[in-house]
Amino acid sequence: MENLVWLIPTFPLLGFVLILLFGRRLGEPNAGWLATTMVTGSFISSLCVFLGMAGKNSEERAYEITLFEWIPSGELNIGLGFLADPLSITMALFITGVSALIHMYAIGYMHGDPNFSKFFIYLNLFVFSMLMLVLGDNLLITFLGWEGVGACSYFLISFWHQDPANASAGKKAFVTNRVGDWGFMVAMFLLFFNIGSLKYSDIFSSVIQVDALTQTTATAVVVMLFIGAAGKSAQFPLYLWLPDAMAGPTPVSALIHAATMVTSGVYLLTRMNPVLAEAAGWSTDLIWIIGLFTALFAATAAVAQNDIKKVLAYSTVSQLGFMFVAVGSGLYVAAIFHMITHAFFKALLFLGAGSVIHGMHEEQDMRKYGALKKVMPITAGTFIIGWLAISGIPPFSGFWSKDEVLLAAWNENKVAWVLLLIAAIMTAFYMSRLVFMTFFGEKRWGEYETENHEQDEQLSSSESEERHTFDPHESPVLMWFPLVALAGLAAAAGILNLPFSHDTKFLEKWLEPILFGNEVHILASTSTKWLLAVIAITGATIGVLSASYVYLKNRVNPTQIELPILQDAWKFDRSVTTFMGGPGRKVFDWITWFDRTVIDGAVNGAGKLTQGIGIRLKTTQTGLIRTYALGMVIGAVAIIAYFVSRMGF
Amino acid sequence: MNLLNIFAAASLETSFPVIPVLVLLPAFGALAVALTPNGRIGLHKLLATVFTGITGAISVWVLTAFESNGDYQFLSEQTWIESLGIQWNAGIDGISLFLVVLTGLLFPFVVIAINPHHDHKAYYIWVQLLQTGCMGVFVSLDLFMFFVFFEIVLVPMYFLIGKWGHGNARYAATKFFLYTMLGSALMLVSIISLVVLHSREAGTDITFNLIEIASNPAISTTSARLIFLGFALAFAVKVPLFPVHTWLPDAHTEAPTAGSVILAGVMLKLGTYGFIRFGLYLFPEASHFFAPLFLTLGVVGIIYGAVVATMQKDLKRLVAYSSIAHLGFIVLGTFSLNTQGIQGATVQMINHGLSTGALFMLVGLIYERRHTRQISELGGIQKSAPVLAGTFTLVMLSSIGLPGLNGFVGEFLILLGAFTAHRWWALLAATGVILAALYLLWAYQRVFHGPENKDNGEEQTTPDLTNWERLTLFPLIAGIIFLGIYPKPMLNRIEPAVDKLVAHIEITIADGSFTEPVPTVQVRKSFEELLEETYESHSHSDGHSGHEEEKDHGHGSENHEDQSHSGGHE
Repeated sequence: MENLVWLIPTFPLLGFVLILLFGRRLGEPNAGWLATTMVTGSFISSLCVFLGMAGKNSEERAYEITLFEWIPSGELNIGLGFLADPLSITMALFITGVSALIHMYAIGYMHGDPNFSKFFIYLNLFVFSMLMLVLGDNLLITFLGWEGVGACSYFLISFWHQDPANASAGKKAFVTNRVGDWGFMVAMFLLFFNIGSLKYSDIFSSVIQVDALTQTTATAVVVMLFIGAAGKSAQFPLYLWLPDAMAGPTPVSALIHAATMVTSGVYLLTRMNPVLAEAAGWSTDLIWIIGLFTALFAATAAVAQNDIKKVLAYSTVSQLGFMFVAVGSGLYVAAIFHMITHAFFKALLFLGAGSVIHGMHEEQDMRKYGALKKVMPITAGTFIIGWLAISGIPPFSGFWSKDEVLLAAWNENKVAWVLLLIAAIMTAFYMSRLVFMTFFGEKRWGEYETENHEQDEQLSSSESEERHTFDPHESPVLMWFPLVALAGLAAAAGILNLPFSHDTKFLEKWLEPILFGNEVHILASTSTKWLLAVIAITGATIGVLSASYVYLKNRVNPTQIELPILQDAWKFDRSVTTFMGGPGRKVFDWITWFDRTVIDGAVNGAGKLTQGIGIRLKTTQTGLIRTYALGMVIGAVAIIAYFVSRMGF
Repeated sequence: MNLLNIFAAASLETSFPVIPVLVLLPAFGALAVALTPNGRIGLHKLLATVFTGITGAISVWVLTAFESNGDYQFLSEQTWIESLGIQWNAGIDGISLFLVVLTGLLFPFVVIAINPHHDHKAYYIWVQLLQTGCMGVFVSLDLFMFFVFFEIVLVPMYFLIGKWGHGNARYAATKFFLYTMLGSALMLVSIISLVVLHSREAGTDITFNLIEIASNPAISTTSARLIFLGFALAFAVKVPLFPVHTWLPDAHTEAPTAGSVILAGVMLKLGTYGFIRFGLYLFPEASHFFAPLFLTLGVVGIIYGAVVATMQKDLKRLVAYSSIAHLGFIVLGTFSLNTQGIQGATVQMINHGLSTGALFMLVGLIYERRHTRQISELGGIQKSAPVLAGTFTLVMLSSIGLPGLNGFVGEFLILLGAFTAHRWWALLAATGVILAALYLLWAYQRVFHGPENKDNGEEQTTPDLTNWERLTLFPLIAGIIFLGIYPKPMLNRIEPAVDKLVAHIEITIADGSFTEPVPTVQVRKSFEELLEETYESHSHSDGHSGHEEEKDHGHGSENHEDQSHSGGHE
């Protein structure tokens, strides 16, 4: 059934075209249902391909199909082709699955929006691009998807573009991503230069069988690919766009900026594992070091955020760092495993946050939440599952995958393990903080105005009156059903790759063929692994307990932890913005000035000069014969003098 | 008199004198318009539509009749000035084919879509003469004929800018005229010296025939290099390349929408086309010798154009500077001197014509609605004009080079070719894609996003595209999408001519100091084969590596599978 692979991206493309043409006529909610149906169709086709593939021997699990030639030029021959193999199908399955649920949720969430159908145009286009990214059989098709998801992300972040902040956030995301795309493009040029093809199978067979890349080239390719991956997957220092990207509607944050698009960097590096295996050690070290740093850095920032979505955004950056640690250590399965579980629980958390925001009438500040458990029981219940999963409490999925990543760090470097463990403890801490501030404790809504006078002044009187009758409510079924489904997945996804025996490591066995033996073997003994797991659980528990100590029992003043510098994410974003707006802009201004004054000035100057000379010369044309005669005489004398002097008596 | 004989002569060789018709039909159209009474505006437009439209239809027919080999086709030859060896000698190959089609189609499009505000009769006359000139440049295979058309083009454009332009139009038109004349003067000197030197060195009669001169390179290397520079300067001004580009922003900004569309769509290609046809083809050695210079100027143009575009306050000026960046790419591809680079450059010429032409159309539509092009005075258009905004977004993304839209194909091929030939230039040039996103998205945000700007006092809800406007924009949009998804028919028609050109360069540089830069080609296998082969080899080495581990670490496991088996629990 692998030959159905082309159907997977075709469904959302069809949805995109149909809603583009008939969206307004379909209206709400039909446009949303059409979009959801298309993605579900895509999920079913992925499932068919998966089942067909699972029935085969592991070495036969690959299917390629080229629909048509896209860019043929000389040696270059890019086909619009798909590759169905264990990795791409794994990606396609969870992408379409999570997308279908989020589409459904969005029907409820976007209720009443004047651009309802437009939202689903972009959403379906996004799913199409994402599927092209993972299913492409060559780097350029992946790049097509890569840019496509970037464009959709841009559209959707600035979806409510009337607020200039949202529009800026969208632009920032696109431009920052383009910095990464530069790396991706250079990596493609290098591969084409050395291998003469961009097709995965050509690249891999050349690398594995005839050692086509020198170590230097492979290293350069890896570094460039990593720049690309860092842009899309929000690694330091290119993470800047992701916290701002929260300006988009919450389903977008869940789908694009948590579950799918941001993981494409991890996918790309995993896909390119034969090249990573050829590269010098420092380049893969660079990957895990940056990943580790990002994990820690973002975790510290997440501790001090008050906007519920910002906490989740920094948390996503941090978790992506975890995945890169695994990739850099050569444990690709751990990275993909964590990617999948993260997709489930982070999508769940974002949708839960969306449900809270929806119920709280677009309020995103956690300081104004509290005790929402009673009014929003389903949201709270599912959110708690997501919280336990991301915190690494067994038996929820996050524990299993995070444990693998920690093991990868241990295998690579003991210091890395300690630091990553700290990041994991902080994860448990800030997520618990979020949950406690939102669902537990005292309610801080309703009597809101009397507490915050300074913000009150900004509110018009009619708005304040609305606040008096403030009434948080549970979200409709369309919104909580996806929450329940994702909660189930977030709770149970650990069974994909249980570490108890080789037979329970389904994911590892499944992905083995496409890793070409490049997966690093873990050297730690069984008892060490046990010990590490126990330490990880203890760490997670410490994180949760200390958060309850601060935020439930109020034993410590939170301001001692939520330092302003953390709130500002170490002022990195601000410094970059200041630099771009200051010296950066000055340089641009200076060049523009140079163009207008020097270059164009020279042109106009030449014009003026010619004109000036003309005017001067005009005065010599006096019309007086004696002047001309004088000139002639002088000239004749000069010429004669010249020849006379040359003759040399 | 001789010109009229062309029809008779050509009809003897082919059944239908395609090229003379293509070139002269619009001129007859201009004549027809000139003969109608002044007041009949509708008739002027109708005649212009019919004449340019038929020309367009014939160019499409040429596209279908064209055979994908590297040769010149539809050749038409006729003696013009015999004593000087000047001929009417025209033909179309893969490199010029799409430029001919673009010229054929863009003019009727402009005539139909954009109406002048005054002096209709003169306007349609000039537009049609302009089509004749552009068409003539792209089909000329005779240096003199090329020069004549290259110069003819200036006159209608001068009047279009000067008479129908906005603001400081006269200044812009004069600047445009004088600047390009300066370049052309040098080219005329170069052409004459080339012809004279060639006939002297080769011992033949004086000929202006491009193919004859190119296939029999007789003049010395030094003179060839000097003459090449003369040509190159004329082309560089026409492209325009940094630092002789400043006429372009003025001309574009002050020109009427139709003028901008034609200028961006067709006329800027006269220079880049000249570089390929008369630079590379006539002077392979000099092109190779000076390639680093032009690559550098191309890269500077890409980055510099983008930086200056970012800071522009006038939307039309911004698009004009973005043209400079895009044309930098074309020059970069041309002087990569390999298949991907030149093919990419040719493709980019068409794509730039489509997307920048469309951008100018859209800027014109915005101007008609808001009566300003100042970015700071616009804002929030997306809310009241979503279709206009959506169209602009699509065109903008094509201009940024988003894969799946036309702009990407050319840009990618150019960068790929440039990287294969000169990697550091390509690395720098590729940063242009970041800057392109920066200036266009920033402009888009300020023009379309946000709340609608109401400080002008007047009613500021911008009307959306009318059905007529949608219809007229549709061909451009369709082209942008089609050429992005399925550029193969275009690439296949261009490639043989490019291959032939590169081969010509290789042969002509006789000392073998130049070979086409090509990538190394390695193993090609399907994924299935690869998986099976690695599975086989892996199953051998797997046990081996497990064995090693056992020795090294002494865990007492048989192999790594067993080890991980015990790794979890017991």
